[in-house]
Amino acid sequence: MAKQRVKFTFPADRIQDPIIYLLGKDFNVVTNIRRADVTDNRGWVLLEIEGTQEDIDKGLAWVTARGVRIDPVGGDVLAG
Amino acid sequence: MAFVSSLCCRECSREYAKTPINICEWCFGPLEVSYDYEAIGKAISRESIQRGPHTVWRYRELLPVGDGPVVDLHAGFTPLVRADNLGRLLGLNNLWLKNDCVNPSYSFKDRVVAVASTVAKEFGFKTLACASTGNLAGAVAAHAAKAGMDSYVFIPADLEKVKVVGAAIYGPTVVAVKGSYDDVNRLCSEIADNYPWAFVNINVRPFYSEGSKTLAYEVAEQLGWRAPDHAIVPVASGSMFTKIWKGFKEFEKLGLIGEVNTHMHMAQALGCSPVVTAYNEGTMDVRPVKPNTIAKSLAIGNPADGFYALSVIKASQGSATAVTDPEVIEGITLLAQTEGIFGETAAGVTISGLRHLVKSGAIRPDDLTVAYITGNGLKTQEVVEDSVQPLLVQPTFSSFQQALKARGDK
Repeated sequence: MAKQRVKFTFPADRIQDPIIYLLGKDFNVVTNIRRADVTDNRGWVLLEIEGTQEDIDKGLAWVTARGVRIDPVGGDVLAG
Repeated sequence: MAFVSSLCCRECSREYAKTPINICEWCFGPLEVSYDYEAIGKAISRESIQRGPHTVWRYRELLPVGDGPVVDLHAGFTPLVRADNLGRLLGLNNLWLKNDCVNPSYSFKDRVVAVASTVAKEFGFKTLACASTGNLAGAVAAHAAKAGMDSYVFIPADLEKVKVVGAAIYGPTVVAVKGSYDDVNRLCSEIADNYPWAFVNINVRPFYSEGSKTLAYEVAEQLGWRAPDHAIVPVASGSMFTKIWKGFKEFEKLGLIGEVNTHMHMAQALGCSPVVTAYNEGTMDVRPVKPNTIAKSLAIGNPADGFYALSVIKASQGSATAVTDPEVIEGITLLAQTEGIFGETAAGVTISGLRHLVKSGAIRPDDLTVAYITGNGLKTQEVVEDSVQPLLVQPTFSSFQQALKARGDK
């Protein structure tokens, strides 16, 4: 099993969608939220995802396709 | 003697021993190095610092390294120069420039990598790595060469070759990733989790970032043991900005300088200004952006320390400003033509940002102001190549005279 730590940033029009629930249900991965800040017009969630690498990759691709931005939990590492 | 007491989570305050980790296992918050300041206070003084080497290592008690040998390319202790010509043009009577163009690999990144490579050796790593579009790659490859370590530098595959030469010459393995900047970010985070390497701004990031504190120590010492009224700093991840503030506050805490009343001002390029946008909107929520600016060294769309940089602005009653790409070029040119310092695009951001701050009244004419010039212009010559406009003459004296006359010279 693999684990990946990521940050989801939700656009305003996705705040009310149960994206993390569906990610776990449809892609057979375990989602474990560690910290979040969500209001009515924006939101971010730090979470760990556990599953096979294939399921994680497919799940994250699906999340990205929903318009949610995915970043490493520590912020960008590509520096100048 | 080493003075690190722990790594402490900036969010939940959980403590960890000195190990190569950067994220709190509990809440995924970033980790920060904590020190035993009481012991440091007994160990150092202005005099002991002044007896130290003319490098970042004169402040080693305040850096997260042990007692052993350090990786030393002579990074740091760069000139702080009085900028009367530029000051006159901007309306400032007490302007100083911290010229970090003259570091060993020509940017401030040598400071952070000096610390990261030393700590990496202490932890027993054999390989130093980073993801970079220029400055960091050069600093990592150069320090790895000096330290006898292997190095890996990850770059976007579409990065111009010339940007990588300054790193490739030191012999790292350069890995060109076919994908977007976001793809490089994700891949490197995954590699850092799976390879026993010291990724300078991932698993050793808490130690690496501490190197930027020396930008504050040096300025305070070079000003005659005081902090400036204003510091203006170019911002990418926000790390350097927060560490300069931490450096001034540490000197204050240790009694090496008096009370710190420095207003911390940040400048970003408008095409990648998520922290400035948050500041202008009055929120602490930094929303990621897709970078689109010529200031590549500042092109971090999802800044790791954006929130903390905003906290420093609040604590110091500072401000934030963003400048357009044409203003970046104007800033580079103005700096070069008034002070003889050729800075890279981040310097253009700083100088044009400074102009904004003077215009807005945030900085008054007699305030002691320090602008940080963090990288050498030879690295980003392409953005100012239009400045090459030679007088074309025949190889005769009369042709030369005619050319001068045509230009209006006497």
